[in-house]
Amino acid sequence: MVAIADSVPKPVARFRFILDRRNVLGSIMIAPAILYVLLLVGVPFLMAVYYSLSAYTIYDPSWSFVGLANFEDVVQDPVFQQTLYNTFIFTFGSQMLGLILGKFGALVLLRPFPGRKFVRALVILPWAVPIALATVAWQWMFDSLYSVINWTLIALGVVTRSQAPNWLGTPHLAMLSVIVVNAWRFFPFAIVIFLAGITAVPQDVLDAATVDGAGFWRRNYQIIMPMILPIVAIGLVFGIVFTFTDLSIVFLMTMGGPVGATSVLGFAGFQTGIVSGDVSHGAAISLFMLPVLFIVVVAMLRFIRRREV
Amino acid sequence: MAAVATRDIVKKFGEVTAVNGISLNVPNGEFMVLLGPSGCGKTTFLRIICGLERQTSGDLLIGGDLVNDIPPRARGVAMMFQSYGLYPHFTVRHNIAFPLKTQGVPRAEIGRKVEWASQLLGIGHLLDRRPRQLSGGERQRVALARALVRQPTALLLDEPLSNLDAKLRTSARQEIKQFQQRVGVTTVYVTHDQVEAMGMGDRIAVIDRGQVRQVGTPSEIYDNPADRFVATFVGAPPMNIVARNGSYLGFRPENFLPKDMVKDAAFTEFQFRVDRSEYLGSERIVYGVLEGFDAKEVVTAKLPPAHVAEEWIRPGEWHPFAVRDAALRHFDNDGKRTSRR
Amino acid sequence: MPRGTLTKALQETSFYGAVAFFFVLSAFPFYWMVITSFKTNGDLYNVSNTPFWFNDPPTLEHFRYLFEKTLFVRWLLNSLIIGVCVTAITLVTALPAAYSLARMTGRNGEALGIGIFLTYLVPPTLLFLPLSRVMAGLGLQNSMWSLVVVYPTFTIPFCTWLLMGFFKALPVEIEEAAIVDGCNLFGAFVKMAIPLSLPGILTVVIFTFTLTLQEFVYALTFISASDQKPITLGVATDLIRGDVFYWGEIMAGALIASIPVAIAYNLFLDRFISGITGGAVK
Repeated sequence: MVAIADSVPKPVARFRFILDRRNVLGSIMIAPAILYVLLLVGVPFLMAVYYSLSAYTIYDPSWSFVGLANFEDVVQDPVFQQTLYNTFIFTFGSQMLGLILGKFGALVLLRPFPGRKFVRALVILPWAVPIALATVAWQWMFDSLYSVINWTLIALGVVTRSQAPNWLGTPHLAMLSVIVVNAWRFFPFAIVIFLAGITAVPQDVLDAATVDGAGFWRRNYQIIMPMILPIVAIGLVFGIVFTFTDLSIVFLMTMGGPVGATSVLGFAGFQTGIVSGDVSHGAAISLFMLPVLFIVVVAMLRFIRRREV
Repeated sequence: MAAVATRDIVKKFGEVTAVNGISLNVPNGEFMVLLGPSGCGKTTFLRIICGLERQTSGDLLIGGDLVNDIPPRARGVAMMFQSYGLYPHFTVRHNIAFPLKTQGVPRAEIGRKVEWASQLLGIGHLLDRRPRQLSGGERQRVALARALVRQPTALLLDEPLSNLDAKLRTSARQEIKQFQQRVGVTTVYVTHDQVEAMGMGDRIAVIDRGQVRQVGTPSEIYDNPADRFVATFVGAPPMNIVARNGSYLGFRPENFLPKDMVKDAAFTEFQFRVDRSEYLGSERIVYGVLEGFDAKEVVTAKLPPAHVAEEWIRPGEWHPFAVRDAALRHFDNDGKRTSRR
Repeated sequence: MPRGTLTKALQETSFYGAVAFFFVLSAFPFYWMVITSFKTNGDLYNVSNTPFWFNDPPTLEHFRYLFEKTLFVRWLLNSLIIGVCVTAITLVTALPAAYSLARMTGRNGEALGIGIFLTYLVPPTLLFLPLSRVMAGLGLQNSMWSLVVVYPTFTIPFCTWLLMGFFKALPVEIEEAAIVDGCNLFGAFVKMAIPLSLPGILTVVIFTFTLTLQEFVYALTFISASDQKPITLGVATDLIRGDVFYWGEIMAGALIASIPVAIAYNLFLDRFISGITGGAVK
């Protein structure tokens, strides 16, 4: 038997082991992150709210409180009304298109075929590559003169050179173009989300459904879809938030044009607040994103909560 | 090594009371088993002793010192986890040395102690492997070596055998008990398996719903259960309990025998109707009901098959059975045992 | 059974048609980048040429111009510096925060974690106005260092969320064993949790870096000086003289900047997805 020293320490002052308490150390460890976010997200957010209620411009930093006057100006402006409408069209259109492409893409990629890995890797690209760069490539593809799309249409005999569409110079076509580009940017994300959801559905559930006589479509829409709904909802929240507040695609492709046909909230806020220096009206425009974001976030929280149950 | 004592330990998780006032003394060097069904609070209690949980109220003493506010690292206890908690990114040698390193033990000393512990457990040849390259039994030994190497004040084990297959479990049981005896360390061992508890414990504390129902040696627990819970939790099949005159009568299945097999002069006779019998090789388990008792109270008898032939005991037949009076236990209406006998 | 064979053939054709559709849809813009960046200007701006292939021999002219006559190398360097600094800041704050949320703060931590993650959804277009004033106040206007300060506002929440998932997936017994074996709580974090989640941390590093490369709005609003621009902003806005787009150079620059991000995404996608969804399907 080896002698074992009786080395139990005597009770000591409470503070000696203060860092051994989970709540104390936990608070210390999380503090830097919270501080960072509070200072550079929370404070600027309050500033944005205040700007929108003041007469602040970069030429006249007076901070005088004007109440809801900025919002009144903005709402009565027909250009803004157009912008708000555009934003909804842009978001709804590109998310719908993105989801449809995503769902079918996922179905295609679920089935094994030679070269599937390679195709999957390629399909991720639109989402991975910096959107500004991909947008520039699309802008070049939509070029008024050298558009490869138009060249193909002409070569196929669909249109003649004189009828060839000016994609970014015609209001409806310009909107369609930015929607397509945004949908193109998001559909790989949708595919990935769908795939993650579908592969997480337990095989025995599917087998049970098959044994019970469910065919391909019934399995798809009555078994798989309800099971992956939470994950798809979370993916959709991301898509909606980032599309609704987007600035880069419109800025790079159309500059909001032609004549405001593709102007969206983010872009209008940028134009008014940064380019024209009218900070308070710019902030008021940006703040119109809040209600939508709020609804989306509440929906997301409910899904997260349901997930915990 | 040191004695472990608790005084009225209570642990609440929000509304739920996991441990509801446990006072327990584990003298120096004793092998104490905490036995109870899953969710009874035994693991929580063990985690309080080791310091991973802080009790809501009550005192904990290790070696006579109050350690309520002392973190695990300063309590000097060792713990072996259900899935061992080996450090997967360390070699076996590093795993065993780790508790010494954190205490700042000099290198030469660490080498010597690792050598000692690995010799003790016969894992010298595994020292340079990683945990994932070990079998279940080897992992258990490494975990045990890691626990013993620092010569802990107390060794705490949380269902350490539940990850082993049935065959390994028997030998592992023996090993743990052997090493405990050789090192003589105070041990608290949590399990829900009564075979482990009976086979290893110097004493057993039976726990239910956060409270100690009975503390005693294995034979005390088995022969003289303090209440109906202990009586029916320990033993397989469990003790038969039948209601009689507002109280309860209990007897073990192996004491419930055909009348002519009972040799004692003092016995109590029952008429037993056989419903079903199971032949298990070394024993025959017979299920049935007693005449004059509630027909829903199924009574089991454990008979030696060599003495009771298949033809003798058929479903539907009535037979005279008896229990030695010395083997009868009486429980009152609340389930507490009322007499020695 | 000719009818069965016919249906089968039809099914196969439509399936591979769908594969081809997605293939072209995803890859064509990048193919277009490649082909544009290697074409001579005479080839590019001639509408009678077939645009899909080289009519003149391929040229490195655009790449040479990009590296020698523009600030492209400077932008690459800026992006690298920004990426490294932001990743460092993010790791230093998000690692302990994520561990705290995963292991130390209990039920409050869960709410706090969701709260932090939600800040990731606060869009740059809502914050760029006040933040540009803040940067002016810090004397960082028109400087790439303003991006180093601002980018952690979205990388910290995002990475804290991802890392929290990775930490939660670790078996808690290992850290508890370390605590019983003599570590304090912080020691268990440093000696056990961090080494054991190295793959997760690597994922986070890669994604932080790509997030900084992808960001466009803050860069656009904070920086107008050419030599301070990160690569995405530089390529997208600085290769235009008046009305003239230098398409060959723009596509060459876009190509170079896209390649590392594309590779990183494909390598780490699966871990990223499991982190972002946090096991929403169970």
